[in-house]
Amino acid sequence: MDTSQGNPIMDDSITPQRTKDGGPRIDCRNIKVFYGQAEAIHDVSMSFPDRAVTALIGPSGCGKSTFLRCLNRMNDTIENCRVEGKILMDGEDINDADVDPVLLRSRVGMVFQKPNPFPKSIYDNIAYGPRIHGLANGREDLDAIVEKSLRRAGLWEEVKDRLSAPGTGLSGGQQQRLCIARAIAVQPEVILMDEPCSALDPIATARIEELIDELRNRYCIVIVTHSMQQAARVSQRTAFFHLGNLVEMGDTGQIFTNPREKRTEDYITGRFG
Amino acid sequence: MSDHIVSAYSEELERLSADLLKMGGIVETMITGACQALVSNDLDLAKEVVLRDPLVDAIEADAERQIVSLIARRQPMGHDLRMILSAMKISSELERIGDLSKNIAKRAQRLDENVNVEMRNAITRMAQPVSRQLKDVLNAYATGSADKAKAVWSADDDIDLHYNAVFREMLTHLVEDPRRITAGAHMLFMAKNLERIGDHCTNIAEFVYYQAVGDYLSELERPKQNQF
Repeated sequence: MDTSQGNPIMDDSITPQRTKDGGPRIDCRNIKVFYGQAEAIHDVSMSFPDRAVTALIGPSGCGKSTFLRCLNRMNDTIENCRVEGKILMDGEDINDADVDPVLLRSRVGMVFQKPNPFPKSIYDNIAYGPRIHGLANGREDLDAIVEKSLRRAGLWEEVKDRLSAPGTGLSGGQQQRLCIARAIAVQPEVILMDEPCSALDPIATARIEELIDELRNRYCIVIVTHSMQQAARVSQRTAFFHLGNLVEMGDTGQIFTNPREKRTEDYITGRFG
Repeated sequence: MSDHIVSAYSEELERLSADLLKMGGIVETMITGACQALVSNDLDLAKEVVLRDPLVDAIEADAERQIVSLIARRQPMGHDLRMILSAMKISSELERIGDLSKNIAKRAQRLDENVNVEMRNAITRMAQPVSRQLKDVLNAYATGSADKAKAVWSADDDIDLHYNAVFREMLTHLVEDPRRITAGAHMLFMAKNLERIGDHCTNIAEFVYYQAVGDYLSELERPKQNQF
């Protein structure tokens, strides 16, 4: 990947900012999530290390997506949904009244299950975020950001000759990489992925997984996946959720070869009943 | 442990485990048969033991095919993964035990019928604790018991002591009468084979333990008594 071109905005030496002590990028303490009266997440505390991929696994309805959505306040947009507890990002509570959720979401990017490019050109899909956040000084800067983001997402070679074509005309896998490029264009520190490969074929999935592995060198990545094999392949840490509880969290190798909890063992071996 | 949601997966694991126990059962009869053939100079029995070895090899090859297929198709995790990896190792250990037993039977066929009974008995005496180790470790495997596996693992010293005793005893016999040298050489190999079988049982115990608890029995804790 070419990172030598000297655009200060995308300069690797200054972006993104790092935790000084090498501690966790995000620290969640006693998180409870309510939908109306119903408690969907029960007092979960866990942290996410920088420059590592953490996978959240568990059966449907276990709360893993709900938990993920707490990390960039996506649950704010759901009526009746209430989050309790502290979510510290670099020591700062993201739920504080003076935190702007829009700004927060530029620091904590998100990629969804279904690729959702804007109905705009490939170029504008990437350029939109940097434009509204004022990250580029003029056209040249913007061109550089678009190219670098697409390169990091492993899509540049495939689309460089048709940047003005609509993003929706790409294949599913390309669209998903476009969405990842769009997320990283605004220089996030954290990338959340909610089932990013479930709509993709195995080859497109492998490309995304390769991309995740490369992005790990720069970002704190949290991925929700139904595929345990995918969690095993891409993550360094794995957390198992069940019925709104965090059952077990540990090194991915340990979770998949020798989990401590019986519920984890039953789930990963396909015995859940 | 409860069954998999996909029942065919459970059946495949059960079949693999049953095949290994079958293999274990055959090699058990090979050791006892070889030693029985030796002590009673029963050449027919020795021949029969030799003929059982290809059966063990065939089960091992089939187990390996099952294991490759399980890994490719089921992507085993957790205890299943450990069970399958252990099965791969255990089947090759059992195959080696079969080979070593066959070798004892072959040597038994070559011995002069006039060979000293005391020498024959020395080998058979050593075979008893070895057979017991094999029986115990197969039992540990059948029940998935880490405790039983550890007990087998710790008991290998005893076999090493037996081996050292047989070794000295053989030397004494050979010094007494140099005409026994050919038979004595065969018997030293038999004793060594039995000692090796004991080691293979220890290895199996380690895999059973790993399968059960996911940790490794440390090689450091166990003192080595074997001097030769």
